[in-house]
Amino acid sequence: MILRYLFRRILLLGATVLVSSLIIFLICRLLPGDVARVLLGREAGEAALAALRAELGLDRPLLVQYLDWLRGFVLGDWGIAYSTRQPIRPLVLERLGNSLLLAGATLLLALPLGIGLGVWAGWRAGKPDDALINVSLLSVTGLPEFVTGLLLIDLFAFRLRWLPANSSIRPDATLGEIAPQLALPAITATLVLLAYIARLTRTGVINELSQEYVRTAMLKGLTPLTILRRHVLRNALLPTITVIAISLGWLISGLIVVENVYNYPGIGRLLTFAIDRRDLILLQAIALITVVIFAVANLLADLMYALLDPRIRLGDE
Amino acid sequence: MNVQRLGRAFFADPATAAGTIIVAGFLTLALFGPLVAPYSPTAQNVDLIRQPPSPSHLFGTDRLGRDLFSRIVYGARDMLALAGGGTALAVIFGTLIGVSVAYLGGWLEELVFRLFDGLLAMPALLLALLLLGAVGPSRVSVLLVIVVVYTPIVARVARSVVLTLKPRGFIEAARMRDERLSYVLWRELLPLVAPTLAVEAALRFSYAIFLVASLGFLGVGVQPPNPDWGLMVLEARNEFALAPWSLYVPAAAIALLVIGVNLMAEGVRRAIGES
Repeated sequence: MILRYLFRRILLLGATVLVSSLIIFLICRLLPGDVARVLLGREAGEAALAALRAELGLDRPLLVQYLDWLRGFVLGDWGIAYSTRQPIRPLVLERLGNSLLLAGATLLLALPLGIGLGVWAGWRAGKPDDALINVSLLSVTGLPEFVTGLLLIDLFAFRLRWLPANSSIRPDATLGEIAPQLALPAITATLVLLAYIARLTRTGVINELSQEYVRTAMLKGLTPLTILRRHVLRNALLPTITVIAISLGWLISGLIVVENVYNYPGIGRLLTFAIDRRDLILLQAIALITVVIFAVANLLADLMYALLDPRIRLGDE
Repeated sequence: MNVQRLGRAFFADPATAAGTIIVAGFLTLALFGPLVAPYSPTAQNVDLIRQPPSPSHLFGTDRLGRDLFSRIVYGARDMLALAGGGTALAVIFGTLIGVSVAYLGGWLEELVFRLFDGLLAMPALLLALLLLGAVGPSRVSVLLVIVVVYTPIVARVARSVVLTLKPRGFIEAARMRDERLSYVLWRELLPLVAPTLAVEAALRFSYAIFLVASLGFLGVGVQPPNPDWGLMVLEARNEFALAPWSLYVPAAAIALLVIGVNLMAEGVRRAIGES
């Protein structure tokens, strides 16, 4: 049963990623007008343009170019970044590793904290501490990542001198060396996710608390803490998994900005670099790999949900 | 729908009223900017660089001696025009596409929403950056980005409501009466989709402000020397020690506007939910 569910999900996701790859390709090839001119700049001569078109295969039909690009991507040949003349795959994979490290550190901070605050606020709904949590979370969401980031730099790097302001880590640095440089970016990205996770968890808890079974448990004489722990949390945390899946999109968007605030050498920094240089070939590869990762992460969250809640996979039939 | 009751429900909450006042304040600044701003937003003055806030320069000056108050005022204009205009267009396109395609159904619905799924498989900022990388940064590009990023989301919301309405009796009755398609779409369906879309529009507007500011900060949105708030933060990011106000003034403007719009959006959601 679960296998069939999994199979269907993968098929659907594969189709979506395929559509996405086509969109990415068309955005990068059709919108700029003349790709060769964008890459070479305004002053480029006709001969240089023609040579580049031939080199990149831009003179071939669009469909051929698309299929060729897609095949190369699947087979591991991602092409050469035009701006730096480096092969794209090792470059992107190295940056991706850094980004995943930062994303992991962020989730490690944001999940326990966000769920904790959300459960607290939901349990104490309508009381002063719930209001306090709500207001402080709301004010944090009001601040874009780069504003909170710069505030944190000002406080922790310049005034207190606890942490470095710049997180441009060397490729051969050990985890111990990286940790302090990871701290501020991870905290900044956490602040954005925190409000989101906490608010949805709060809704889940409030929802569960209004169910009949809670009243039964209460009439049965269970202590509030037991009810919360044994009954409410188990049900309320289920939607939280979906929350994690949804917030992955936020996390990716947030990390793009955060990496740029701290000069952290991740995929988001590479992305703005590619745009700055108008390197469409590199841009295309970064966009596609991000979409694939986003899709796989979503699939994993979906799968976890289905494993935990039989109603999902059975109701699907 | 009773407009008066809706208005009362909207303003009953002090937080919503506060948010509305904030947004109205920025809107006034944006509309009457040239009358309020004492200087040109791009005029540089080498004799007056990095002046702290004072009566003649309310928010101080930046590293090029430009008056920050004037830049904020003119920046409000760009911010509201881009975020507001982009959101309005996205809501219009999203509604037109979402309502009509969902009602018609069939292969057209399949095609359009598969395409939208492909767009939405990209996190919003990634799609925005991809588009900007392709068309190059400018004001018009930023507007285009907001429309492309938010149209599919609005369409999806509109569709979900239409799908719940489609099997209802009054739609079947309209079809039996042989009403024109446009009548069913815009007279029967739209009024019932509108409340949900209003909530969505308010939410999109707050995200759009966030997005415009982020693109400015990343240096891929509105270009210098325009007084874009996000860009102002980017240009002042190394001014911590020399002129912290040039960093904090635009940052505060962004935060204040986003919070104001968020509070307002929350009010719209609540007011519509109640009535």
